[in-house]
Amino acid sequence: MSGFPTLLYKELLRFWKVSFQTVAAPVLTALLYLVVFAYALGGRVRVFEQTSYAQFLVPGLVMMSVLQNAFANSSSSLIQSKISGNLVFMLLPPISYVEFFGAYVLASMIRGLVVGACVLAVTVWFVDLRLAAPGWVLVFALLGSAVLGALGLVAGIWADKFDQIAAFQNFVILPLTFLSGVFYSIHSLPAAWQAASHLNPFFYMIDGFRYGFFGASDFPPLASLAVVAVSFVLLAAATLALLRSGYKLRQ
Amino acid sequence: MTYAIEALNVEKRYGALRALAGVSLAVAEGEFFGLLGPNGAGKTTLINVIAGLARASAGAVRVMGADVAAEYRRTRRMLGVVPQELVFDPFFSVRETLRIQSGYFGLRRNDDWIDELLHTLDLAAKADANMRTLSGGMKRRVLVAQALVHRPPVIVLDEPTAGVDVGLRQGLWQFIRRLNRDGHTIVLTTHYLEEAEELCDRIAMLKAGRMVALDSTRNLLDTFSGLVLRLRLERGALPAGLDAEVLQSEDTRFALRLRDYRALEGVLRRLREEGAAVRELELEPPDLEEVFLRVMERH
Repeated sequence: MSGFPTLLYKELLRFWKVSFQTVAAPVLTALLYLVVFAYALGGRVRVFEQTSYAQFLVPGLVMMSVLQNAFANSSSSLIQSKISGNLVFMLLPPISYVEFFGAYVLASMIRGLVVGACVLAVTVWFVDLRLAAPGWVLVFALLGSAVLGALGLVAGIWADKFDQIAAFQNFVILPLTFLSGVFYSIHSLPAAWQAASHLNPFFYMIDGFRYGFFGASDFPPLASLAVVAVSFVLLAAATLALLRSGYKLRQ
Repeated sequence: MTYAIEALNVEKRYGALRALAGVSLAVAEGEFFGLLGPNGAGKTTLINVIAGLARASAGAVRVMGADVAAEYRRTRRMLGVVPQELVFDPFFSVRETLRIQSGYFGLRRNDDWIDELLHTLDLAAKADANMRTLSGGMKRRVLVAQALVHRPPVIVLDEPTAGVDVGLRQGLWQFIRRLNRDGHTIVLTTHYLEEAEELCDRIAMLKAGRMVALDSTRNLLDTFSGLVLRLRLERGALPAGLDAEVLQSEDTRFALRLRDYRALEGVLRRLREEGAAVRELELEPPDLEEVFLRVMERH
C-alpha cells in the first residue's frame, strides 16, 4: 500500500483542525467584501444586462476565495513543516515525489473548494443567483484550485522563512486576484488595462467561473479553459521537476 | 554477503565544502555500530545520505543490499531513523502521529504494534495528548516510536540521548539493546563516549568528512590507549628509568601511562629497588575517550 492516502488525510486533518482560521475566517472576509462593495457601489456599477452588481460580484468572490485558500494551504503547510523540521517524517518513508505532489495539491483543492462552497452557501442568502451552466463552474473551480495548489507548493519549496511566503502571497497572489476582474468587468477598463488583464492567468479563471453562473463572460469560456489548463500542465511539470530534483528538500 | 548498511566512497559537497570526502564502511546485520566524531565531522550528513534525506555527490550507499537512490522504496522500508533534532507536528496527538507515520509506510491497521510501542516506551498515558504538551524526554521517545512503527530491521539513532536525563537514558538503552538482541542492526551516533564503549561492537570515527578509525571497540581500546597508573608514595620522588610516560607529577602523587598490564611489573620492581613505599595505587583501564582524543590528535 502506498503512503499517498495517509499524506492526503494528514493534509486535510491539518487544516480541518484549525478550521476557524482556514475556513471560517476566509468566509467572513468574503462576506465583508460583499457588504462593502455591493452595498456601497451597487447602485453605480452595471456590468451585464439584467444582472445586479451584487449578483456579478458573488461568483468572483467565491472563486477568489477558492484560489487564495488553495494557495495558502500547500504553501503554509510545507513551510511550517520545513521550518519546524517535521518534514523529515514525510521524507523518510517510501513516498514518491509524484505522490507528494498529488497529496499536497489535492488537499489544497479540497480546502479551496470547501471555502468556496461555504462562501457561496452564505452569500446565496443575500443575493439571488442561478447556475446557467454548472459544469463550467465545477471545471474552473477544480482547475483553478489545482493551479494555485501547485503554485503554493512551489512557493513552499522555494521559501526558507514565513516572511518569503507572506511576500509571495501579498505581492503576487493578492494583486493578481484583485486585478483579475473579481470586482469589475474588464470591459469597463481603459484599453491598455484591458490588454494587461489578458496577461493575468487569474482573469481567465474568474471569467470562466463566472460564465457558469450567467452564461455570459468577457472572454469565450472554452478559450479561458484552454489557458487555465495549459497553465496547470506547465506549472505541474515544473513543480514535479523541482520535487524530483530534491531542490531545497533533499539536500 | 549482504550488509545492513554499505557505503562506498561516499562524497557530499555543499559548494566548496566537502562534508563527506569519500567515506566507506560496511555494517553487518545484527551489529551494534557506533559512529563517532566531533561536531561537523559529517556524521549526520552520512546518516542523511543513508536515509535518502540528502543525495550523495558521488559514491553509493546500500541498505540490506538495495541502493538508496535507485531502490528507495525498499531501502526506506528497511530503515528506521531517529533524527537528532527534537521535531514534532504540533497539530497531532501522540497516537495520531504514530498512526500517520504508519500510514506513510502503507500500514493501515497497525494499532496493536502502536499500543505495544506506547507501552514499552512508557507513553501509554500520553497517547491522546497533543505533541506540544509533551516534555522533551517524551518527545524523544515518540521519535523513537515513529522510527519503529514499520518494524525496520535497521535502526539509525542520531544522538538519541542528547539532553536526556540519566534515568531516561538508561531506559532508552535497555530498550535499544533489546532491539539489538532481537536481531535489529543498530547504528548510533553519540557524544557520550562511555555509552558507545559499553554498547557498540564496532566503531567508526569521522573527522572533517573522512574516516579516521574503523575497528572493533576492543581493538581500538587495545591499540590506542594504554593503562593509567595513579600512585601516591609515602615519601620521596619517582625513581628514574621507569618504563612509563609520566602524565602528572604533584608532590607525592603521580600518574603514569603504561603500555599494557605487563609494564606494571617493571614499574613496581623499580619502586621496590629504590625503596619507595606505595601508599595508594589505582589502575585505570583504557577508555574510549582517551582513544577518541588520541585518534583526533593524530589526524
